[in-house]
Amino acid sequence: MYRYTLKRLLQGLITIWFIATATFIAMHSVPGDPLINERGVNEEIRRNLEERYGLDRPITEQYIIYMGNMIRGDFGISFTQQNRSVNDIIREHFPVSATLGILAIVFAGLGGVLWGALTALYRNRLPDIIVMFLVILGISVPSFVIAALGQLALVGLNGLAGFSILPVAGWGTVLHMLVPSLVLGLSTMAFLTRLMRSSMLEIISADFVRTAYSKGLPPTRVFMKHQLRNAILPVITVLGPAIAAITTGGFVVELVFAIPGLGRFFVQAVQQLDYTVIMGTTVFYGAFLVFMVIAVDLIYGLVDPRVRLE
Amino acid sequence: MSNIKSDTSEALTRTGSIQLLWLGLAATVGIAILMALLSWASALTGSSTATLDAIDEDSETVTLLLRTEPPQLDSTRATDSVSISLLGHVMEGLLRFDENNQLAPGVAERWEIREDGATFWLRPDARWNDGIPVTAHDFVFAWRTALAPENASEYAFILYPVKNGELINSGALPIEALGVHAVSDRILEVEFEQPLAYFEELVAFSTYNPIREDFYRSREGRYGADVEDLLYNGPFQMTVWVHGAHVRLEKNQNYWGRDRIRLNVIDMPYFTTDATSALNLFKDGKVAVVDYLGAEQLDEVLQQRWQLQRFGDGSVWFLAFNFAPDRVTANLHLRKALQLVTDPGELVNRIIKLPGNLPGESLFPVWLQGVDTFFRQEHPVQQITLDADAAREHLRIAMEELGIESPPSISLLVDDTPGAAKQAEYFQNLYRTELGIDIRIDRQIFKQRLAKMQSQDFDLAVYGWGPDFADPLTFGELFASWNPNNNGRFINEEYDESVRLAQSSLDPKTRMEAFARQQEILIEQVALIPNYERGRVYITDRRLKGVVRRAVGPDPDYTNAYITPSP
Repeated sequence: MYRYTLKRLLQGLITIWFIATATFIAMHSVPGDPLINERGVNEEIRRNLEERYGLDRPITEQYIIYMGNMIRGDFGISFTQQNRSVNDIIREHFPVSATLGILAIVFAGLGGVLWGALTALYRNRLPDIIVMFLVILGISVPSFVIAALGQLALVGLNGLAGFSILPVAGWGTVLHMLVPSLVLGLSTMAFLTRLMRSSMLEIISADFVRTAYSKGLPPTRVFMKHQLRNAILPVITVLGPAIAAITTGGFVVELVFAIPGLGRFFVQAVQQLDYTVIMGTTVFYGAFLVFMVIAVDLIYGLVDPRVRLE
Repeated sequence: MSNIKSDTSEALTRTGSIQLLWLGLAATVGIAILMALLSWASALTGSSTATLDAIDEDSETVTLLLRTEPPQLDSTRATDSVSISLLGHVMEGLLRFDENNQLAPGVAERWEIREDGATFWLRPDARWNDGIPVTAHDFVFAWRTALAPENASEYAFILYPVKNGELINSGALPIEALGVHAVSDRILEVEFEQPLAYFEELVAFSTYNPIREDFYRSREGRYGADVEDLLYNGPFQMTVWVHGAHVRLEKNQNYWGRDRIRLNVIDMPYFTTDATSALNLFKDGKVAVVDYLGAEQLDEVLQQRWQLQRFGDGSVWFLAFNFAPDRVTANLHLRKALQLVTDPGELVNRIIKLPGNLPGESLFPVWLQGVDTFFRQEHPVQQITLDADAAREHLRIAMEELGIESPPSISLLVDDTPGAAKQAEYFQNLYRTELGIDIRIDRQIFKQRLAKMQSQDFDLAVYGWGPDFADPLTFGELFASWNPNNNGRFINEEYDESVRLAQSSLDPKTRMEAFARQQEILIEQVALIPNYERGRVYITDRRLKGVVRRAVGPDPDYTNAYITPSP
């Protein structure tokens, strides 16, 4: 188990190094120039800027300097937020994205399991048909539409009530988090519902379930211990990547609900060609994703006794 | 057998649903606890935002939204409109803009501008928010810092008129050589590089703001990065700055003019560029102003009978040409042909469709002041009569000169925004139907469009220019051969001569005549095709009055704003 973990962590580090290098190369080969602004500048100012950001050195030297700093945990200073270090930006804004992401994944996971199990129980009956219709909507409607509709619904709700029941945008309290995290988790919830439903249906007719009944176990025990627990395994498998996707993919929701998450900074950085922020957030998100996958594999070993970690 | 099976499955459905119900309840409780924990944790990190209403009459608080996070508030390096607007509230230079957009005494109570320099007498009651007086030394330090090469200020050029400014910025001279001296704490002496007619306009610009040396040094390179890394001498001071989330300005009790400031708090707890989201906040009564409305939002605004207002943001938009000899656009007759079929009025009324935009006629916008009245009234633009036949004749000559058989294909460089795409398609259609010219639209992301412009990789480009100061020179200079923003490299000796005259002359009449000559040359040579003077529409809460919008200087300006009781 420890050797397995160690091996996976080492592989993870290599993956991260690869991500960093690939991003560095891609970023420097994308057309455009991070120091260009609407005002064209004369040569003196241009030279001063290049010196400040180290862009006057050859690209290999820039790469070595960057990697060296990264190993020491220093992602450098942002090009656009000129006085802030990328470390500060990640430290201040990732917790916001993570909070939003955790809530969204909790909504998605619990909702997905419950709805999935329910639809499997009522297979081809009215509850199943209604829920599955909503699931298809949830999967196919893009998040910016859902976000905008969610916000519009809030405005309507507050308008009807005559006072603010839930805030329309902003960040900070429980009430600010509720709707954005629901919106963010919706498509994952829909996806998990479908996954859970099919995995439940597979198990309902499985041999070990029949055996359980024939042993005379009460339906309560069969449902909880034999069906639900086994049906949940595929859901856990996709949960790891889903957590990473949700935590890193909140850009639209963050924009619409004016939430100071890292996703906005990431997207802005790409648009502005803010080299250091692009590198910092990509490496950070990459590392996050890699370790989420490892974590899920480890958890899988705990949940499923058939899996041995070697 | 089948009977038994359906029995167990019924029982399963029933017990299963009941158990799921319990699980669901447990999950809800769990989520509630989790949310409470998370909100407690995020309150610890301080990223919480207040939820006051748009206008709070009791505390005289106005709640607004910001489009973007200010990159930093170091006045020597600020370049974007959000930073400059915020700096206009929390800082004050020698001169400031008043509620009628006129220059008014700021830290300087009086001043004298001569041919070779200027003297400013500072008011005794101008103070930093820690109570220490603002002195002439603070200006000397700030200007030197802005020009220091290692500071890499993009707006350093705005200080070049001060003696030795450019040489210091290039590293040829030490910063102490700058032509600005504190004669005493309250007298600032400035030497000019050459006679300068618009220095008053310049010192109102934020790059000229004061910075106190001891404070700047104590921040160790973090000056302007956070709320505690700034010292304020303006009408307001910043009390909260949560990056990306919340900025709060409160009245500065040490400000010399505090008696005329009527708002207590300007709170900005929402940052978003999403116009729909902004309108929703307005509708919910959470923000008092929504700016940057697009044509898509107009219907709803009109339907709701909100107070729609408009103003010109001062910028001029035009089609820029590439004058490189290997480009077809270097041909005068080709440019003439395009000029004779382009109707800016149609572009504004049919394509842009947003109130406040004016059809473009000249590089010099209508709001610029001349000698006695507006420059454009004193020197009207020669009108261009649309004439498709004449245009085709010019095109024929152009094709002959270029030695081509069929109308050329021309690339048009534009941004990748929906608005820019609509305009590009309009031009594409126009030039195809009128002249048979094929326009290839080259859509690029912002930075890449700028890179292509500055490396002269385009035939035609949609280009906009906003003024730095309220003098026609900020526009006229644009087509001088040495200007780094003259992207198409338009080179005309007479034009350069005329710009030099306008730069150095102190006689208003001579200068305005020089600008008039520039205006003529630009149209004769078809150096550009004016499109529009940009307007913006915004809505304000009816209780909020005195918001000042301007083309030059900090915009929007809430320093003179006040709240009227709800009707």
